[in-house]
Amino acid sequence: MHDETRSVQRVQLSYGKAVNAALSRALAEMPDTILYGEDLAKPGGVFGVTKNLQNEAGAVRVFDTPISETAMLGAAVGAAMCGLRPIVEIMWIDFSLVAMDQIVNQAANVRYVSAGRLAAPLTIRTQQGATPGSCAQHSQNLEAMFAHVPGLRVGLPATAQDAYSMLLAAIRCDDPTLIIENRGLYHGDEQSVAIDGPIEAVGGAHVARAGSDLTIVSWGAMLGRALEAAALLEAQGVSAEVVNARWIAPFDWDTLLASVRRTGALMVVHEANLSGGFGAEIAARVHGELFGQLRAPVERLGVADCRMPSAPHLQAALIPAAADIARRAQRLTRVI
Amino acid sequence: MQDDSSFRALADLAAMLRIRFLEEKITELRKQQIVQGSVHLCVGQESIYVGARGALRDEDRVFSTYRGHGWAMACGVPAESILAELMGRETGVCRGRGGSAMFSAADHGFYGENSIVGAGAPIACGAALAARVKGESRVALTAFGDGAMNQGGVHEAMNFAAYLNLPVLFVCENNSYAELTPIADTVRDADLYKRAAAYGMPGVRIDGNDVAAVRECVAHHAQQARAGKGPALIEMTTQRLVGHYYGDMQGYRPRGEVAEARKREPIVRLREALQAAGVGAAELDGIEAAARGHVEAAATAALAAPMASIASVREHLYA
Repeated sequence: MHDETRSVQRVQLSYGKAVNAALSRALAEMPDTILYGEDLAKPGGVFGVTKNLQNEAGAVRVFDTPISETAMLGAAVGAAMCGLRPIVEIMWIDFSLVAMDQIVNQAANVRYVSAGRLAAPLTIRTQQGATPGSCAQHSQNLEAMFAHVPGLRVGLPATAQDAYSMLLAAIRCDDPTLIIENRGLYHGDEQSVAIDGPIEAVGGAHVARAGSDLTIVSWGAMLGRALEAAALLEAQGVSAEVVNARWIAPFDWDTLLASVRRTGALMVVHEANLSGGFGAEIAARVHGELFGQLRAPVERLGVADCRMPSAPHLQAALIPAAADIARRAQRLTRVI
Repeated sequence: MQDDSSFRALADLAAMLRIRFLEEKITELRKQQIVQGSVHLCVGQESIYVGARGALRDEDRVFSTYRGHGWAMACGVPAESILAELMGRETGVCRGRGGSAMFSAADHGFYGENSIVGAGAPIACGAALAARVKGESRVALTAFGDGAMNQGGVHEAMNFAAYLNLPVLFVCENNSYAELTPIADTVRDADLYKRAAAYGMPGVRIDGNDVAAVRECVAHHAQQARAGKGPALIEMTTQRLVGHYYGDMQGYRPRGEVAEARKREPIVRLREALQAAGVGAAELDGIEAAARGHVEAAATAALAAPMASIASVREHLYA
């Protein structure tokens, strides 16, 4: 398993290269890992994220599959039950819908229904979100659907560090875990990433920016916009604290509630559409826990309940921009 | 009757009778509401489980359907822990979490029932993949009904196992009904075994009610799979002598079909064959009485066990 004597190094990596570094380390340090998916091994992935991993770990452990999500995910369940730690790439989260049975009916049930006599320590890596020109079957944000399923763990890395650390946490975890990356982030700027340190446990939110007037909680691609909004708000005299949720199942209620206790106001921002989004769960919980301490009702900002159009300007009309987040936050603080 | 094959036949008869009496006991407990909910019985198909499991090694892994009590028994799961599971007892093999249709006992090589038609086939591919990666010689056997042959996941699994050359045996228990609808009414070509050719693997059809034929066929294909020659599809024809589920009135079956099937069912056939070969009725009756006694004792013990602990209901969700 992990060599605890390796020391932490800081390197400059893009989000996509951070994913590659995590996979490379997992394959090197955990002999029970295997990695497979469509176009993943020889081509190196349609986004180039898995380049060179087959060369590093060999074709028995890293391989390309037919376009058969049910077989891929079912095989991951079986391999995990039998002592491996499979890492499966589902190229687009929209494709998981053709194989939901293996995630919801199978993987999530293994440990509970066997009363702990079996486990399914598998990791599903996928990516989601709208990018200019992406069609309605390649742009959905489905995290709430998976967070609804007891037995699954769901994480959405928003930074290169999270892309590295959360993926390793998922692979090391003994439960079925989904890591939902965001393809809009893969080829962004290089960031400083601490690698080779101890592998963290699954779960845990981070305060990405401290503030005092309100809390904004977000995840995935919207975290960057929330941080931009916080900068705009600062120029307007509003101090916004930004919480990077990181994991929505299990959700780190302690970190969020502590932040909202300090600021007295909360806005949730996500790229998923509003109705039934995970923001609704957060709003309900925070209202229940902190009803007397809130200075205003929890605000939710997401995409309107609509299908996602392909044309970039139509997409932009639906997805909250930093200015939209800042405007809504201003309105919330004025209510206060 | 002193040779190995006759000893084996007597053991097969005993094993099939234990499954038969287990299913009859479950029927009785279901009528009494001690067992509740959906129960799918395998009465009439016992030769498939006893013959196939008998051809495998202890290290091999079995993935069955929700009609899985017989597979579990054949894998060596104690009747008491199966009955306790169905009754929601703490001593149930999954502490009441699996029930009739979704229990497993991996320590016996029984990787479980599955209540989603065909879903075990891709999972068995994963078990075979794990054996491959770990350098083990285990085979994975996935059983499913004729209806599952029309599930997309089964097709995906057959191709997946074939392209990776995985040691998977796809066993189709063709009892001619996809739940309540004749399989022949939902396909153009009812020769299901022929589909194997499309995936580049052997496909055969055998008489599933002949326990010796089942053992011989599974042994051959398991040996081939273990030798690195890849998966196979074995279609085993049989008939269930009861409904799809407990309470199924079977109005969809032609008059006389079940009565006719009773003449060819595996236990009657093997008993007749043994008698014809000179085994006395007294010996056969003794085997039957022992099997019945085995199940009765298991039921008594299961009934005496405490109900599964309510305090533990949320345990085992996460590591």
